[in-house]
Amino acid sequence: MRVTISVEVNGTKHEREVETRTLLVHFLREDLGLTGTHVGCETSLCGACTIHMDGLAVKSCTQLAVQADGAKITTIEGLADNGNLHPMQQAFWDEHGLQCGYCTPGMIMAATKLVEDNPQATEREIREGLKGNLCRCTGYHNIVKAVAAAAKAGAPS
Amino acid sequence: MYPAEFRYHRASSVEEALDLLDRNPGAKFLAGGHSLIPMMKLRLAQPEVLIDIGRLDELAGVSANGDSLSIGSLTTHSEIASSPELRKHCPILAEAASKIADPQVRNKGTIGGNLAHADPASDLPAVLVALGATIQLRSRDGARAVPASDFFVELLTTSLAENEIMTAVEVPKLGAGTGSTYLKVEHPASGYAVCGAAAVVTVEGGTWTSASLAFNGVTATPLAALEVVEALIGSDATDQAIDRAVESRLSVPDPMSDLYASGEYRAALAAAYGKRALKSARDRAG
Ligand SMILES: Cc1cc2nc3c(=O)[nH]c(=O)nc-3n(C[C@H](O)[C@H](O)[C@H](O)COP(=O)(O)OP(=O)(O)OC[C@H]3O[C@@H](n4cnc5c(N)ncnc54)[C@H](O)[C@@H]3O)c2cc1C
Ligand code: FES
Ligand code: FES
Repeated sequence: MRVTISVEVNGTKHEREVETRTLLVHFLREDLGLTGTHVGCETSLCGACTIHMDGLAVKSCTQLAVQADGAKITTIEGLADNGNLHPMQQAFWDEHGLQCGYCTPGMIMAATKLVEDNPQATEREIREGLKGNLCRCTGYHNIVKAVAAAAKAGAPS
Repeated sequence: MYPAEFRYHRASSVEEALDLLDRNPGAKFLAGGHSLIPMMKLRLAQPEVLIDIGRLDELAGVSANGDSLSIGSLTTHSEIASSPELRKHCPILAEAASKIADPQVRNKGTIGGNLAHADPASDLPAVLVALGATIQLRSRDGARAVPASDFFVELLTTSLAENEIMTAVEVPKLGAGTGSTYLKVEHPASGYAVCGAAAVVTVEGGTWTSASLAFNGVTATPLAALEVVEALIGSDATDQAIDRAVESRLSVPDPMSDLYASGEYRAALAAAYGKRALKSARDRAG
């Protein structure tokens, strides 16, 4: 069965026909060509597919595209403003919060919400808030430093 | 990992959801999707029809109802963890919800889906049993209320009938003198409960006047430690009384066993965390 959905992604409205079983992450990557959102595990565990949906951080491999009908979505491509990196992106750059970069889009999408909800997050709260995002490279230390630095810089989202 | 094909309907009211269910036997409700979609991706579930109830505002949110609080079945774990009413009047439920998985999962997973799925390693079932909560169900024939202690029938099976939807969960407002604690030993990879201990106790003048203790993750359905509680009531609210009651009276029939934790280990965890939860709840009772 195919249905038509209408979704606003990074400020642009899209109307597309999708098969009901299409996962949201595949809709974003394959139908809209937004390949910044990654697929790591596809089993809801790694967080590489994290996006913002109606203001909440969500794992897009565990949502159907049809569930997003009428929703507003932000992906990693929607964070930079006119070529200027979002403060969280800048902080990951400055603090070496990435190595291979596979987990980075999901980390940054989770981290921007974390800091928005809790601008004074402690190191412990940052670590707990990123529990749903796995990184195989960095050992997390610089990721936590980057998030703390962005929080300190008063990162708007 | 694509689910098998299915037909999809989005319900715009509870009435419509029940009508759709009636017309499509074997259809499944889709709430947050955080248990059902993983199962469908693995093809452990292959419903032919999904009825999306995810936008039914009438099922979402927490409201006060005299001495109890009513939590709509679509209320998410994040909303429960941060609800001012629950944090004040039923803090154990907010505490348990805050220990579920990670922020992204909590943003989508709902209390209704969590209970209806009835995963033995979930965090909410034993808390509701310890609270003496009531589960509100509705079908086209009417509404009924089921005590949480009767709701969980066996592994992944509840008393929810084929034609019913869960509308809400009622929990008591805990008064002064009552303390509650949820402790969890989580599986290092999945984050689910290997053992979760929920204690709700009332202490007056240094003795227990009421107590309940229940466990997630240890047996196929939430385990209510009724004998332990029986031994406590009326005795002094001391550490020794707790240790004695748990050591002499806790029985764990048919504990679950897997590669990570044997049944024997789970039973030992229940004893250790049962004691800790009771002591903490007592201290919080003030
Ligand atoms: C990575 C990961 C980690 C997790 N870790 C934990 C954890 O540590 N602790 C924990 O407790 N849980 C955990 N969960 C499960 C999580 O809490 C689920 O969100 C929850 O169990 C299901 O809620 P849902 O709204 O997503 O339900 P769905 O997946 O939409 O539905 C689940 C089932 O319930 C039925 N259903 C849903 N709503 C209703 C209703 N109102 N009436 C009747 N039937 C209904 C559906 O038909 C389906 O059969 C985890 C999930 C994931 C993906
Ligand atoms: S790809 Fe979605 S959580 Fe790993
Ligand atoms: S930077 Fe490689 S997985 Fe995180």
